[in-house]
Amino acid sequence: MTSALPSMLADNPRLDRWVNFTSCGQVTISTGRVEIGQGVLTAMVQIAAEELDVAVERIAIRSGDTDVTPNEGYTAGSQSMQAGGVALRQACADVRALFLERAAHLLDCANAELSVQDGRILRAGMPTGHDYWSLATSVVLATEATGTGPRKSVSEYTVVGRDVARLDLPAKLFGQPTFIHDMNPDGMAHARVVRQPNRGAALLSVDEQAIRRVARGPIAFVRDGNFLAIVGDNETVVEAAAAAATSHVVWSGAERPAPLQQEAIWLRQRPVVDRIIGKPVTSEPSRGPTFEATYTRPYLAHASIAPSCGLAIYKDKHLTVWTHCQGVYPLRAALARALSLDPSAISVRHVQGPGCYGHNGADDAATDAAVIALRMPGRPIRVRWRRQDEFAFEPVSPAMVVKVRAKLDETGHPLDWTTEIWSGTHQGRPGGGANLLAAEALPNPPPIPAPIDVPEAAGGGATRNGEPLYDIPAKRIVHHLVTEVPRRTSALRGLGAMTNVFALECFTDELAERAGKDPVEYRLARLFDQRARRVIERVAAMADWPNQSQLANRGKGIGFARYKNRAAYAAVVVELEVEESIRLLHAWCAADVGLAVNPDAVINQLEGGMIQSASWVLKEQVRFDNDTAGPIDWESYPVLRFSEVPEIEIELLDADTDVPLGVGEATAGPTAAAIGNAVSRALGIRVRDLPLTRERMMAMLLAQ
Amino acid sequence: MTHTVAFTVNGKPVVVSVADEQTPLLDVLRNELQLMGTRFGCGLEQCGCCIVLIDGKPEKSCTRLIGSVADHDVTTIEGIGTPEQPHPLQQAFLEEQAGQCGYCLSGILISAKALLDRNSSPSRAEIARALDDNLCRCGTHNRILRAVEKAAARLRERRHA
Repeated sequence: MTSALPSMLADNPRLDRWVNFTSCGQVTISTGRVEIGQGVLTAMVQIAAEELDVAVERIAIRSGDTDVTPNEGYTAGSQSMQAGGVALRQACADVRALFLERAAHLLDCANAELSVQDGRILRAGMPTGHDYWSLATSVVLATEATGTGPRKSVSEYTVVGRDVARLDLPAKLFGQPTFIHDMNPDGMAHARVVRQPNRGAALLSVDEQAIRRVARGPIAFVRDGNFLAIVGDNETVVEAAAAAATSHVVWSGAERPAPLQQEAIWLRQRPVVDRIIGKPVTSEPSRGPTFEATYTRPYLAHASIAPSCGLAIYKDKHLTVWTHCQGVYPLRAALARALSLDPSAISVRHVQGPGCYGHNGADDAATDAAVIALRMPGRPIRVRWRRQDEFAFEPVSPAMVVKVRAKLDETGHPLDWTTEIWSGTHQGRPGGGANLLAAEALPNPPPIPAPIDVPEAAGGGATRNGEPLYDIPAKRIVHHLVTEVPRRTSALRGLGAMTNVFALECFTDELAERAGKDPVEYRLARLFDQRARRVIERVAAMADWPNQSQLANRGKGIGFARYKNRAAYAAVVVELEVEESIRLLHAWCAADVGLAVNPDAVINQLEGGMIQSASWVLKEQVRFDNDTAGPIDWESYPVLRFSEVPEIEIELLDADTDVPLGVGEATAGPTAAAIGNAVSRALGIRVRDLPLTRERMMAMLLAQ
Repeated sequence: MTHTVAFTVNGKPVVVSVADEQTPLLDVLRNELQLMGTRFGCGLEQCGCCIVLIDGKPEKSCTRLIGSVADHDVTTIEGIGTPEQPHPLQQAFLEEQAGQCGYCLSGILISAKALLDRNSSPSRAEIARALDDNLCRCGTHNRILRAVEKAAARLRERRHA
């Protein structure tokens, strides 16, 4: 008998892919999800401890390793608990059921008489002499999940739902080697890549002598086509050589983006692939007052705190790659295509890196290491990108233009709603050998992939959260996928959701103002999802809404979204003050995340999303109008600092459910909108173009 | 030709041989002394990941040349506490779960230690200002500020005990 399996378990049905009782008293669990600072490994251990009835301390976890862990694609999209956790939970429940069945057979009793306490099997509460480890040789886990193992109900939980301390944090606080950058296997060589400026640029000459003079130590050059790397034993020497190399190599066909291309509005007149999602445009009523507004957001960098790193060794015709990327299996497939190897000849293993928040340079750095390792068999090669290169060559989040149009009824509420979106793709991840920088520099580069975006079934890319959750008789999204953009673009936390929620929720405030209604009341009047109503009502109470400061240039604003319209609900209020620049004073968030496996980790994620979004909104833009045609450091790409972060209060609403909803990306959109709406409240002028930098605010105030 | 530089790391005298006196202290710590806790973030003195104490003062080690460290005292994250005997800051960071990816934490802990060594009762704003040289991209700022406040209170109690 089988039940409907969670999708990740259906994809990886063998139970021994998920759970093993290897050594006495220990349980080893595996997950395809990887730790990117969100605490996912701790949450997975909690889930396994709960369903198996063993202590957290007995559980070891393996993650993101193509040799041993399930293939769960990418750790992305706030899917780790909603998809991965749910799969592990059922796998553990099935495993527990198999052991109880075996014990019941041996004890000649009914399954129902048995229970498990920290791995020991009890009958009517008394020891039976059996435990997971004594039975492990006679219970076959090399079998497929059935989905029939009974899962605990929420009321029985003792580990899930608790604030178990993050398992990865102590090592980080005591300075222990943790990150891929800290790996230093015997015989390792350091390497830096002298990057091809853009696809198609040709490496004409390399003045090796000049670079060697600057290096002041032994280095080797690895060159193949337009791929050039510098390798040596001494990292200081290799770094010095790499720093000097850019002025000693000559490229032809190097291009750089034009300054005007940095503005989102440039996208409006470009070649596009169009789609309509929802009600046909022809259904739009021809009468009634119409209101429309256009919002923009520029290109953003992931701006990970450290540049990407990759480590690889090619030995005995097998390539092993260590990486901090989000998907070891997809990277293995891409490497196999790009390097003409069989996937079985490649192992890809995840090691922690600096927080990535999406597709940064990690996959490319891993590929760099692999390309060099193949040409220097037997030697471990570690490539660490330079800070400048991370800013210059990582994929950026695409600029977006979002035009919202509503036909209103006599009460000022929308009858018909159109969200029209212009954006480059949010999906530039490696695939089919494409989208890997090193592969593009090698001879016979892969063809340029056809532009696609993330399908709606996966939450959409540019269209993510493009449809408002409010009750509106007719809604549609018009999506213009811009096929050629000045920088490689890909996934950043929330994809299109941040810009869309900024647009939708600022527009909603504009409509409320036109209708002469309070923004919270206006929203609730057309919101029938009870969980959505609760987070808005709660955050309003937390922020003492609708009371506003009597001080000039101060204001509170609200923003709300259910991430992807199917993950966590979050409502945010921000209070700020505008002088020459914006100062954030306080932020409140109420969220309904369904089952919170580790509530403290959830709050940490929600708050991190709020602060990162505030940084995007107030400061961030990948600019092409400077000497370097892009940011190169933290001065040309400033982010929010400690003194600029507001006090934040977050409440998780009780949700009587065993269904976890993805949280990692849930607050970015609501926070962006809350800031926009608060600025409007404070100044009485509407801001629709991000970022809200000091320069932009000054220009708006002067134009007033 | 190699150069020999003698200095103190975490209370222990060390002598390192480097090919070049221009070698950054960070490279020596990580590659010669295998002290991986001090992280490379930018190499441009802009992010604070590589901050260490030199004679008690917070300094960025990514551009600090090894030759200039001769005869000085260097303290790294490995020198302020251990899992068995954590520094009150490390204890407080654990209690507040003040971390996400954790890459910035070594530099932040060192900056915070330097602050508490000179100011036992910093305000929240003073702590934030002291950490403005350290970037955190994950958005853990408020937890970190709370943890530093907590550690400061513990250290004051300890002094008065």
